Amino acid sequence: MQMPLPDAGVIARKGRIVARLRAVLPADAVIDDAGALRVYECDALAAYRCPPLAAVLPRTTAEVSAILRIAFEEGVPVVPRGSGTSLAGGAMPTADCVILGVARMTAVLETDYDNRFIRVQSGRTNLSVSGAVEAEGFFYAPDPSSQLACAIAGNIAMNSGGAHCLKYGVTTNNLLGVTLVKMDGTVVTLGGPWGDASGLDLLGVVCGSEGQLGVVTEATLRILPKPEGARPVMVGFASNEVAGACVGDIIKAGILPVAIEFMDRMLIRVCEDFAHAGYPDCEALLIIEVEGSEAEIDEQLAAIKVIALKHQPVALVEAEDEAQAKRIWLGRKSAFSAIGRISDYMCLDGTIPVSSLPYVLRRIGELSEAHGLAVGNVFHAGDGNMHPLILYDANKPGDLETCERMGADILKLCVEVGGCLTGEHGVGIEKRDLMSVQFSGADMEAQMRVKDVFDPEWLLNPAKVFPLEISAARRAG
Amino acid sequence: MRPANEAELSDMVAGALAPLLVRGGGTRTLGQATGEVLETGGLSGVELYEPGALTLVVRAGTPLAQVQAVLADERQRLAFEPPDLRRLLGRDGVSTIGGVVATNASGPRRVQAGACRDALIGVRLVDGTGSLIKNGGRVMKNVTGYDLVKLLAGSRGTLGVLSEVSFKVQAMPEAEVTLIIEGLGDAAGLEALRRALGSPYDVSGVARHSGRSLVRVEGMAGSVAYRAGRLRALVGGEVTLAEAAESAALWRAVRDVLPFADRPGDVWRIVTLPTAAAEVTARLEAEVIWDWGGGLVWLNAAPGRGAEIAAAVAGRGHATLVRGEGGPVFPPEAAEVAALAAGLKARFDPRGILNAGMMA
Repeated sequence: MQMPLPDAGVIARKGRIVARLRAVLPADAVIDDAGALRVYECDALAAYRCPPLAAVLPRTTAEVSAILRIAFEEGVPVVPRGSGTSLAGGAMPTADCVILGVARMTAVLETDYDNRFIRVQSGRTNLSVSGAVEAEGFFYAPDPSSQLACAIAGNIAMNSGGAHCLKYGVTTNNLLGVTLVKMDGTVVTLGGPWGDASGLDLLGVVCGSEGQLGVVTEATLRILPKPEGARPVMVGFASNEVAGACVGDIIKAGILPVAIEFMDRMLIRVCEDFAHAGYPDCEALLIIEVEGSEAEIDEQLAAIKVIALKHQPVALVEAEDEAQAKRIWLGRKSAFSAIGRISDYMCLDGTIPVSSLPYVLRRIGELSEAHGLAVGNVFHAGDGNMHPLILYDANKPGDLETCERMGADILKLCVEVGGCLTGEHGVGIEKRDLMSVQFSGADMEAQMRVKDVFDPEWLLNPAKVFPLEISAARRAG
Repeated sequence: MRPANEAELSDMVAGALAPLLVRGGGTRTLGQATGEVLETGGLSGVELYEPGALTLVVRAGTPLAQVQAVLADERQRLAFEPPDLRRLLGRDGVSTIGGVVATNASGPRRVQAGACRDALIGVRLVDGTGSLIKNGGRVMKNVTGYDLVKLLAGSRGTLGVLSEVSFKVQAMPEAEVTLIIEGLGDAAGLEALRRALGSPYDVSGVARHSGRSLVRVEGMAGSVAYRAGRLRALVGGEVTLAEAAESAALWRAVRDVLPFADRPGDVWRIVTLPTAAAEVTARLEAEVIWDWGGGLVWLNAAPGRGAEIAAAVAGRGHATLVRGEGGPVFPPEAAEVAALAAGLKARFDPRGILNAGMMA
């Protein structure tokens, strides 16, 4: 992975930069010794590491503004960091950068059940947002698998999804407003607790901009009343193709489950070992969840079963009770860590049209043979967001490189069938150099113009998203 | 000017020597822009429709009615229920899907299914330099690069001319029921709407006008009957039920602001918080239609009340003059937000020729 050469001038001025940061922040908010900085050398894309120049852990929007003002004046790149769970290297540092971590900004600032929103500091974890409103019968809908750890700041940066976004949408559909600090320290409020923007939808472009437009310090999020109940059903099939066809039929029939998840045999076994959820042992498994009262759940599941039975399932099991339902989801949401127990792996995140599922799964099998690396598949089938997991051996010379080549081939395949490189994890550094597979020069130029407006000096998270050669002139400028 | 394809559109914009007024059907245009009319009606037709994937890709000049007919053949629809403002605004013409996107036109179901921008998954456009740009695509989940799709929705032709738009569409429900709630004053009637929105019964419409509150549920027949029953107990007042076509007609009236269509006076569209809805309108002596549980307020007021309305809304939303003469149409933005918007416009349209001044 190529990263830009660090700015030797900035590194030489480390002492002065750290002193200026210390002057505006509490003593425990500035980290500059080599040992402590190791914590920040990577995120969840742990194959790549580089300690930053320094790290800062502010507690308020005013502190964030002061930090960015200093970094702006000193010409220091800043890499924002939520909880560091990015699978795409979104929070990966460079040697000349300051890591701005929002982990201490976890307060709930306002809850309003009448108007159905919550305002939080952006370092608060995804799950604890729901936790804060649970007692009143509400929840925050986007549920990335890392929701126990991941921060709202990172969710906004990557426009995170989750298993239940088939019905509830992803982060951008549940984000009402933000407080954003621009690289020059200016504090901007976008959106609000009310509906639409009156002018250009700047909130819409900030969400998913991978920390390149500003540092989000506060977020106003839509909360929803919890459904009366939910129940998953597991349907096993003898082949991936048939499972894929069943997904299409359910969607076409007009039934909208809250989630349709897919696992192949490798993942079924690995997740079963981990969660003991009672997954049937078969080639392909769909986990379909519906919500409502008992009677509403029965009505929807009856309609789903009629469709599923047309595809000759080898197993059809409803969750017996709440405990099994929890284990079914625990296994699914732990898929990445469960596979991590048996092998090093690389997780991909391309999205494809649902109709291409059978073809793409077959082609991935062929690529697996050709490159000699095993692949497991687990993904959000309802919206075509795939997560092929390529297994490799980090200690075997050349294996990581083979794995990356194979990953690139799979993502190119996703684009070829009309899909995209990343459905919910973000581009980061991981898919940066594949952007030209999906976008023309003009397409990327249009995106980079947006960064030019928010961060004209290209100091915020500059080495991400766009291929280095394409962003070179701007970063130098 | 009426380009027949993207290449012509690109040439026309690149070669334009004077400002252009970008137009679909002109049925929902607001604002002050002038210039030579560039009509998108020649960019028409369905590019791709996969009902099994809930995906529709369509050229921007395609009539909205045609899009809706194509979807209806497969018992699908645009979830965001775009309003038809022709009667309200006294306009003829054929509404285009590009115009719907350019104004982020969203109806009552916004409270449940989101706005136009939430259903929009891809765009193709020609910017002010004539450059052809694509963003998003045809898949539901896509975080590859920046989300210019959202930026373009509601940009009113000031950043580029849309040539193609892609949507996530929705299956039509098996059943639809509206609770008509009478016998409540405005405060209690609005509170009933908020209670419905805060319930787990997944309401898809919550509005009030002419002394009646309306609450809609849609879905499978058994589920709709169950939820209507629960809601009846929750909202209070005297409840009657309207089903199917009768229910749909009630929501068309709210969506298209029909109660104000044949009345004189200005029409304002106010976006605010549901709990502020009654207060915002209390001192304005105007007829009111509340949608989105009170989060959207349509006001029919005497002309010249702009300053008063702006003051009532200040700090809790914003107001747009949808019908009426004089005064700014769009609310002012905070200086730092306006600076960002101006910066984007300057980069997407450096010569300032696309709907110049329209959003000012």
